[in-house]
Amino acid sequence: MKLKSILENYIFVFPATLIFVIFYLIPFIWVFQLGLYEWDGIVPAKVFVGLGNFKEILFEDRIWWDSMRNAGYITLIALTLQNTLAFLLAWACDRQMRMKNFYRVLFFIPPVLSEVVVGLVWQWILDGHYGLLNGWLTYAGFPALARSWLSDPHTALTTVAIVHCWKGFGWGFLIFLAGLQTIPRELYEAARVDGANAWSTFKNIMLPLMMPVAALVAILTILGTMQGFVMIIAMTDGGPAYHTQVPVLRILASMRGTSRFGYACAQGISFGFILVALSFIQYRFSRWTRDSA
Amino acid sequence: MMKPGLYKAKRIIINILIHLFLITVAVSCIVPLGWMVSSSLKTQETIFKDMSFIPGEFHFENYVLAWREGGFGRYFLNSIVYTASVVIGIIIVASLAAYAFSRLRFPGRRILFLMFMGAMMIPIPGSFVALYVLLNKLHLRNTALGYIVCMISVGLSASIFLLKTFFDKLPRELEDAARIDGASKLGIWWHVAMPLARPVLAVVVIFNALNVWNEYVLAMILFDSKNLMPLQRALMVFQGEFLTNYPLLMAGLTITALPIILVYLLMQKYIVKGVTAGATFG
Repeated sequence: MKLKSILENYIFVFPATLIFVIFYLIPFIWVFQLGLYEWDGIVPAKVFVGLGNFKEILFEDRIWWDSMRNAGYITLIALTLQNTLAFLLAWACDRQMRMKNFYRVLFFIPPVLSEVVVGLVWQWILDGHYGLLNGWLTYAGFPALARSWLSDPHTALTTVAIVHCWKGFGWGFLIFLAGLQTIPRELYEAARVDGANAWSTFKNIMLPLMMPVAALVAILTILGTMQGFVMIIAMTDGGPAYHTQVPVLRILASMRGTSRFGYACAQGISFGFILVALSFIQYRFSRWTRDSA
Repeated sequence: MMKPGLYKAKRIIINILIHLFLITVAVSCIVPLGWMVSSSLKTQETIFKDMSFIPGEFHFENYVLAWREGGFGRYFLNSIVYTASVVIGIIIVASLAAYAFSRLRFPGRRILFLMFMGAMMIPIPGSFVALYVLLNKLHLRNTALGYIVCMISVGLSASIFLLKTFFDKLPRELEDAARIDGASKLGIWWHVAMPLARPVLAVVVIFNALNVWNEYVLAMILFDSKNLMPLQRALMVFQGEFLTNYPLLMAGLTITALPIILVYLLMQKYIVKGVTAGATFG
């Protein structure tokens, strides 16, 4: 009876576990195994190269590190511009209760759209010859500012980063707003009775209470933005001349462009380690600022 | 101290500035979509000259062309089939597992649960390379079934987490009563626990539906045949083939974006709930 009952219980977790093992766990293990081989994905014979792929990534693959730097640049802009914007909007909405829902609905439209849709629409708006942005700039009397935003090497990466911010700020906004609304109103009342001005209320009440939320938003931004690439495929496909390459695009290029499956896996592993390290550093840093505050 | 009148004037000005800021950002969220719809109603000739938001003539035939000749009707159907299959699959598979993790005892329960949760936290950017190899071996690449099972696996961990947290908070009295009445475990799961879980099931459905409808990477890697492609992949293929046919591309984009926006507007309560639930997990 007891055994039958346990077997019965396993029926509940069996389908999930089966799918998980085959389509998550096995590929996960294969990535680590394949990273040690040179393999074109077709011929049955894989050539064992040990850590050769990793050595190549570390010392020879300049484009890989350039792509890492590009992703870092986009992430930096997202961390500063996008999250500041998200926080300011959340703060403003927290004060103006009347229209809050209206704004909240609109701010979360970009995040629910697909990266392909957002990328292709913005590519059309930013088009050098027929784009809406250049049209407006010319109309407003600044024709000198008009340019091919996405194919000019000087502006491509920053433009891509700003579109990322447009698509992503709604997430931070929602999380910040939820955080702000957990702060009891009485705290603000008490501060006002004690004669605190707006700045000291912000610094002494809101900031310390919002620190954990800010840390969470920061970590989600880092992990999400570093791995983003679909919008870039839709807007520039990594061009002009590698100026908007990001790591996952390089992994795709190794796999589909040069048919080096082992190398693609090694790149994936290296990138995964960097992401884990980044979130660990971020976690320690946010704890440190909280403890010393 | 300021005079009350002056103080009030200052408050009003600040309020106006805040609303101005909020409205500017809100408008910036809509303008690109408005431009997309506007461009989808122009012709190949007017689209490069006419910069007005409301075109002189509305060429709705672009939608007919995109739907038939552009193949977006077929891609739309594919997206619907994939989204529905994956969501139904996840609802059944994830809720079974979540119910077991919350209510039933069996050896290995904790380790199994931690495994699912770990998958949610460890990023593996190269996993699609191995997934491609695996599906090739299983002869599931370039098949609808292969794509559907992969997407079920993608949504599994987060769905199990959401459902388990819900079941944990659920009182057990009803289930106990059903057991005394002689109901089987599967019967209790289906007839008692699932109906009670409706609010959280709504969150699971919406998030997974958005996720599948918007998915691009696996669709790009797994599908070669055009007639199997979902909308997101087909849009990129269309853009590559008809580089300058912007009216039809914009019509295709509108066809792709519209259902998502409608679902979002109708279900935003659940979406907000889901985002904040996801946030408290981290």
